[in-house]
Amino acid sequence: MSLPFLLEIGVEEVPDWMIVPALDNMRELFTAILTEHRLGGTVTSVDATPRRLVLRAEGLLEAQPDQTVTVSGPPASANEGAVAGFAKKQGVALADLKKVPTAKGNYWTFEKHVPGRKTADVLAESLAAFVGKIYFPKTMYWTGKGGPRFIRPIRWIVALLNDTVVPFEFAGVASGNTTSGHRILGKPSLPVTHATYESTLESNFVILDAQKRIERIAAAVEAAGATRDEELIHTLAYLTEYPTPITGTFDPAFLELPAEILSTVMRHHQRYFAIPGEGGKLKPEFVAVMNIGSDPDGLVQRGNERVLKARFNDGRFFWNVDLKRPLADRLEDLKNVTFQAKLGNYYEKTQRNIALAKELAAALKADTTSAARAAELAKCDLPTEMVKEFTELQGVVGGLYAREQGEPEPVWRGVYEHYRPVSMEDSIPASITGQIVSLADKIDTLRGCFDIGLIPSGSKDPFALRRAAQGAVKIIVEGGLRLSLTMLAGGNPQLREFLLDRVRYYFRDVHGYKYDEVNAVLATGADDLVDVSLRLEAIRQVRPTEDFEPLAASFKRIQNILKQAEFKATGDVDPALLEAGPEAELAAARVETKQRIAGKPYSEALAIIASMRPAVDDFFNKVLVNAPDERVRRNRLTLLSSLLSEFSTIADFSEIVVTTQQ
Amino acid sequence: MDVFQETVFKLKKYWSDRGCVIQEPYDMEVGAGTMCPETFLRVLGPDPYRVAYVQPSRRPADGRYGENPNRLYKHQQLQVILKPSPDNILDLYLQSLGAIGIDLRKHDIKFEEDNWESPTLGAWGVGWQVMLDGLEITQFTYFQQCGGVDLDLVPAEITYGLERLVAFLQGVESIYEIQWAPTFTYEEVRLADELQGSVYNFELADVPTLWKMFDIFEGEAQRLLDLFVKYEEKKRFPLLATYEYVLKCSNTFNLLDARGAISVTERVGIIARVRKLAVGVAHAWMQQNYPAIPKEGAAA
Repeated sequence: MSLPFLLEIGVEEVPDWMIVPALDNMRELFTAILTEHRLGGTVTSVDATPRRLVLRAEGLLEAQPDQTVTVSGPPASANEGAVAGFAKKQGVALADLKKVPTAKGNYWTFEKHVPGRKTADVLAESLAAFVGKIYFPKTMYWTGKGGPRFIRPIRWIVALLNDTVVPFEFAGVASGNTTSGHRILGKPSLPVTHATYESTLESNFVILDAQKRIERIAAAVEAAGATRDEELIHTLAYLTEYPTPITGTFDPAFLELPAEILSTVMRHHQRYFAIPGEGGKLKPEFVAVMNIGSDPDGLVQRGNERVLKARFNDGRFFWNVDLKRPLADRLEDLKNVTFQAKLGNYYEKTQRNIALAKELAAALKADTTSAARAAELAKCDLPTEMVKEFTELQGVVGGLYAREQGEPEPVWRGVYEHYRPVSMEDSIPASITGQIVSLADKIDTLRGCFDIGLIPSGSKDPFALRRAAQGAVKIIVEGGLRLSLTMLAGGNPQLREFLLDRVRYYFRDVHGYKYDEVNAVLATGADDLVDVSLRLEAIRQVRPTEDFEPLAASFKRIQNILKQAEFKATGDVDPALLEAGPEAELAAARVETKQRIAGKPYSEALAIIASMRPAVDDFFNKVLVNAPDERVRRNRLTLLSSLLSEFSTIADFSEIVVTTQQ
Repeated sequence: MDVFQETVFKLKKYWSDRGCVIQEPYDMEVGAGTMCPETFLRVLGPDPYRVAYVQPSRRPADGRYGENPNRLYKHQQLQVILKPSPDNILDLYLQSLGAIGIDLRKHDIKFEEDNWESPTLGAWGVGWQVMLDGLEITQFTYFQQCGGVDLDLVPAEITYGLERLVAFLQGVESIYEIQWAPTFTYEEVRLADELQGSVYNFELADVPTLWKMFDIFEGEAQRLLDLFVKYEEKKRFPLLATYEYVLKCSNTFNLLDARGAISVTERVGIIARVRKLAVGVAHAWMQQNYPAIPKEGAAA
């Protein structure tokens, strides 16, 4: 008979962001128990609300299968007493022992029959340790010093194997068959079976399935015309057991404040969904999510509206107070804001950012004045009231203040956009000043940290340098900025290598290029990422053609031959030494190809190079490179070497991993 | 509708009925109810304790001259400590909201993660901010460590923000509109305090004098802590007086901060100075009251 298993850990409200990882961990840990103890079955679901972590499994055996274990005794040469002692210890007659040959000689052994233990017993012994092992980023104790730790106090446990309680205890809480409904709307003590578990919860205002909670929220969000903000929906789904969305309104007079500020207050501080209106403005409405079923008297709506009004009033107060002072006047204040102990304050960082922004703007033939001004103002919003209160608005608010205070568009946009991209999914700054200032800011941070040895290792990256480098790479490629990576690395080879790592990651994960393609291009020493991008695009086009990979294989072969011969070309090919036939033909193909690819776009050039394949194949099939005549041999190596050096400038073909057989 | 003081009476009665000592506010400047000896020292050691009190709490930097409807330099906290925390603590807390007239079936309650930490006190705990219809009305914390000492019993600390809570109950949009007593508003009772407090804290407090005071308070606390080491009759030693100097340090630090006299770089150092004293008092307190318990870090 196969049995279903249900475990519910009833706990005080678990932080929403920790729940999903904890469930994954539970699945793994429990699967390990099933495997280790040979209990059969599989975990069929893990579910959670803020107050319960639930694991369900099916197909468990009633008991472990019986086993036969070979118990080794003394060697066959041992005296009778030792053998008798072994038999006695095992509780069997001498006749039950067998001599068995092993690598070390013959040994007395006993085939012991071990009956399988009951699954219920095994689980009863394993579950307390299982609960204690579930990983949470920050745990607490609550039964007293040295007591067991969990994310929050555990208040009840349901553990049912086929509707029989599996008895165990954790932190003084004994397992049973009673769960608890919604804190306010449900009953506190509800006996359940496998069959009634989910429906009992549902009728007690607990929707166990997170997906159902998500859909309940998402449906209302979409109906209200708000953007389906998955992250916020997810957060709210794990903050509630019975999510019910409501809409509220606010005084349209607040719409005079920038939409960025209103949305941030709603999303980050109140977990409301803002509703976009026309012309970049918002509608004076919001969607909030309650953890109860309805709001018949409108009390919850009015409460939320009042809180929002107070927060908006704060926002308006900060906006007005901050605007009283020109942003540029705050530059001096940045002397009091530490950037990093060894790298000085934000005033000093700003000076470096300005210099770098000018340099970049000049290299890009962009407007250096706007870039420098935007870099100068970029950090000036750090000491404003608005950023002190709503940190996530940094940059954006500075840009808005700069706009209000009459800075030209390239400048205020430069400030506004300079933290972007904040993630791989985020888009890069739309304006060239924004791109330059963002790049200058990130590159300065990277250079500074690398100079003082703050280099990320493993998971340690306190200054988020990987993200900074990733953002820089994304800006350069997607902004089409023709810049030298070596220049950006400021002559620090470690930083250049660090940036290259991000380049590899970016082209592979964002653009789906293959490992070897990226390596082939980077191996040419390409230093301009826009150029790298063009070369990769060319490889992508030419790679599926029939000549490409075979030619790549031949280039690899050429490289090996040259390496084995330890050959370094000194002069050019001597036409007089060429043998008529495939060798002369290859030499001719080389000259012709060289002429044909000159000035051609990468993809055409690559296609032309690939079309040399028959000549190369013919050469290898019919010509002996290691000719007896040393001069002929050297001439042939020179020919091969020139092919490699002249035709591997777009991509190093020898880096291409050939998948098809020649 | 209950007036402000009526709500306070009801909460005190509610917790009194659940075995709490009802204390009066501590007679010194503190930044939060947690800093009062009734919390900071009582949570140490293995003795159970239950206490509730209103504590006017000063945050000089939050002052707004009485002009901001939601921000105060001095706000009133109702602080409850249940040590150890009973298993039904959250139910008890929710029932206390019922006791002041909040029908939870008609309101939205959420417990959102908010872990409390006081670097100056060497104290931290985990818990939630309790949201009522989107308004944070309570900070709930399970203390784990205080004065650098792991706690023997885990207390639950419930801190009600009284102004916010009562403004919600009375349905007013400004704290100053709260009806404090039947014939007096919050504005009538407290506005002068807010205005003058802000003027002093932001404009007139003399920075060099404050620094001098900080050094004097710190010196006196440290002198006493040094004396404690050799003091024969430990039971008699005035650790409570010592702790008061730590509180004075802390308040002076907050005043300097409000005056903008502390740079970001200095900040860390000053906090460490106050923490050293707070941790010193907590360890001495353990030694004075629970000499049998081995010192933290010492071999068991």
